[in-house]
Amino acid sequence: MSFIGNYISTVYKAVTSLLKGMRRTGYYFTHHKEIITQNYPENRDELNLPERFKGEVVMPHTENNEHRCTGCTACELACPNATIKIITKFDISPEGKKKKALDTFIYHLELCTMCNLCIQACPTDAIKMAQTFEHSVYNRAELTKTLNKPDSKLMEGVE
Amino acid sequence: MLTSLVELTIVGIFVLTLFAVLGLVLVFMERKVSAYMQIRLGPNRVGYKGMAQTLADTIKLLVKEGLTPDGADKFLFNLAPFIVMIGAMLLMAPIPFAKNSQIWDLNIGVLYITAVSSISVIGILMAGWSSNNKYSLLGAMRSGAQIVSYELSAGLAIISIVILTGSLKISDIIASQETGWWLFKGHIPALISFVIFIIAVTAETNRAPFDMAEAESELTAGFHTEYSGMKFALFFLAEYVNIFIVCAIGATLFLGGWMPFHIGNWAGFNHLMDFIPSSIWFFGKTFFLIFVIMWFRWTFPRLRIDQLLNLEWKYLLPIGMFNLLLMTIIAIMGWHF
Amino acid sequence: MGDLIINVGPQHPSTHGVLHLVITLNGETVKKVEPHLGYIHRSIEKMCESLTYRQFIYVTSRMDYLSSHINNHACALVVEKGLQIEVPQRAQYIRVILDELTRLASHQLWWGAMAMDVGAITPFFHAFREREIINDIMEQTCGARLTMNFIVPGGCMYDLHPDFVKRVKDFIVFFKSKLSEYDEMVTNNPIFQARMQNVGSITKENAISYGCSGPVARAAGVVCDVRKLSPYDVYSQVEFTEAIEKEGDCFARYKVRMKEMNESMRIIEQLIDNIPEGEFQAKTKAVLKLPKGDFYSNVETARGDFGVYIISEGGTTPYRIKFRSPGFCNLSALDHMARGNKIGDLVAIMGSLDLVIPDIDR
Repeated sequence: MSFIGNYISTVYKAVTSLLKGMRRTGYYFTHHKEIITQNYPENRDELNLPERFKGEVVMPHTENNEHRCTGCTACELACPNATIKIITKFDISPEGKKKKALDTFIYHLELCTMCNLCIQACPTDAIKMAQTFEHSVYNRAELTKTLNKPDSKLMEGVE
Repeated sequence: MLTSLVELTIVGIFVLTLFAVLGLVLVFMERKVSAYMQIRLGPNRVGYKGMAQTLADTIKLLVKEGLTPDGADKFLFNLAPFIVMIGAMLLMAPIPFAKNSQIWDLNIGVLYITAVSSISVIGILMAGWSSNNKYSLLGAMRSGAQIVSYELSAGLAIISIVILTGSLKISDIIASQETGWWLFKGHIPALISFVIFIIAVTAETNRAPFDMAEAESELTAGFHTEYSGMKFALFFLAEYVNIFIVCAIGATLFLGGWMPFHIGNWAGFNHLMDFIPSSIWFFGKTFFLIFVIMWFRWTFPRLRIDQLLNLEWKYLLPIGMFNLLLMTIIAIMGWHF
Repeated sequence: MGDLIINVGPQHPSTHGVLHLVITLNGETVKKVEPHLGYIHRSIEKMCESLTYRQFIYVTSRMDYLSSHINNHACALVVEKGLQIEVPQRAQYIRVILDELTRLASHQLWWGAMAMDVGAITPFFHAFREREIINDIMEQTCGARLTMNFIVPGGCMYDLHPDFVKRVKDFIVFFKSKLSEYDEMVTNNPIFQARMQNVGSITKENAISYGCSGPVARAAGVVCDVRKLSPYDVYSQVEFTEAIEKEGDCFARYKVRMKEMNESMRIIEQLIDNIPEGEFQAKTKAVLKLPKGDFYSNVETARGDFGVYIISEGGTTPYRIKFRSPGFCNLSALDHMARGNKIGDLVAIMGSLDLVIPDIDR
């Protein structure tokens, strides 16, 4: 007799818990406001990424086309996989002394792991992370970027 | 002679068009239903709100290369999808789509349905064997065992309705539901039969939670792993049309087919219900049952093959037989509505 | 029919990463499972021999990418041990809170993937919805969603974002209501229980001898939580219970991880309101040089016991680094667990072991 009782109670418990699970998916089927999909290419204007997002390394320039990089190569030394290559030149300052300055700041976006170590190492806050994330290109050469704009020079007062 | 030939052609074209349209609609419905249950949108870019998605998929499948593996048995490999399709098409004959719209109203309609639905097993076993692939063979064997076992439960559930009606002819079964659908008139035993029927047909059409044969995360795709292009499209289409057909049978036997929702002798209410055309009643009921079967797929995990067979032989079959006994007593004593 | 030898993977929907298994079958029963590794070996340990002590931390994020904070934490701990750096209290609190959030996120993904392996596809999407919230919190503070690289020797790279505390508290309230949904959909489901109970059992002695750690060992009854046995940072001041079960089968591992999610939330609740003010990074020299000798420290990741062993010759780069990964030893117990079970069970067992293959192959 207990066998039949066990049998019936197994069937009953199984059916009720299955129905409870179905109720949960039925709830999601009928409540469309729970949908969290975003229509990506159409919502580019509304997207706002947090300001700490590590997208790619950029060198901010002022309106007079000046940057803050002195060419000290601290970021090149800090980078774990040779993403940054700095080419320096020698500037003649007004007093006639020779000073090291930045010629080209080559940044290989295809190698960068966005680990943030270069930004930590920079003593003058010359580089920062931008919030772009769409980096795919058809031609690999476009990923090798020069971060300092042409004809830009070092800002006054930066050591 | 000529008129019957013309009639045959028209019916043939009707069945083929119905197949194509059903395939498109059902695949799209499955994707949207699954998407809403998974808190995401479904296809919504191709065409207006994504409705042309299945059309795009069909075109893609048509232009794919139909590859036959090297060691495969060519004759059986090419024949298998067609057998599965033919089984599905033959079952369209006795189903009434609306009042006075039945292709072939034979006097043993229910027996014909249970007999012909077993033919698709041959197609599946052929597909698994001739692919010359260990995965396909395993999948086909499992599927064969599963379908043959669940046929029994489905058959028992169908017979319990036949007992209430007293006839195997489909139009008689529908006519007897004029005062109310068998699900309500037959109360408890009819409800148990209905539940057993739904579970059994989910297993027969290889749908989750009984889809071990084509379990995507285990044996790649089971018995249709080696098929590509048009032949795969035929298997895919045949699966969805099978679902439609078994739901149509369930709607006919338990929910009244094209009969509107009548309650006993409430003439006013019945008259109102009669205004809605019978084809809408039929398709509405069928699609409701299809939705329930899709609901099962996206909620429950998969049963292992031995648990599946366990469920059938130790639970569904004894309950089904006991239910048959109960139904016979009720039919003899006249204790139904 | 003789024995059938089947290849599962390396590309397969249910091996979590590129894992190649050679299975010997007799009908439906598994007789032997042989994992073939190495498909994602990137020679990380050799690479670290040319990186300085600040630079090698970012590669560990990419090993077990689901517990990236915890891996970084282990590396920072070993460098601090070697240089005798004292980490400020605020940094310790921040590190532990981020650790526990990462553990929650990893277990959420495990839950979704486990349900998907067994056949129910819907819970996967529900789990990702919760995980997205944690990812958004991380994005605001650390700047990245998966490979964070936020923990440095001496503390954290930046201070917490001002919104951090409020968002974490909102998330905990939200997630507690969702855990009951998880139970409704999966834990109490009879089909799921039938698939997981008495499948893939391992006894306590075998778990210890195979070197299993983490939830796999705790489900068999082994007391092995590193956070309790050798506490680091503020774990010694926080109250939480270790989740131990006795049966050692798949369902026991499932229950252990669900309990761990609850315990993680308890730890976060105890810490989130009491973060002390202060420095977030200790002052260290510009160039770090570990003294000659060898140093080891281990932490409890979501998968088990992760250890970092450094042999230093006194220079700026290590002479040899060895990572003790939890997945490697857990995978070695797969053969023992799977024998005698069916193919469908093999997938359930792999799902319950929670393997991340890049962690195993490094």
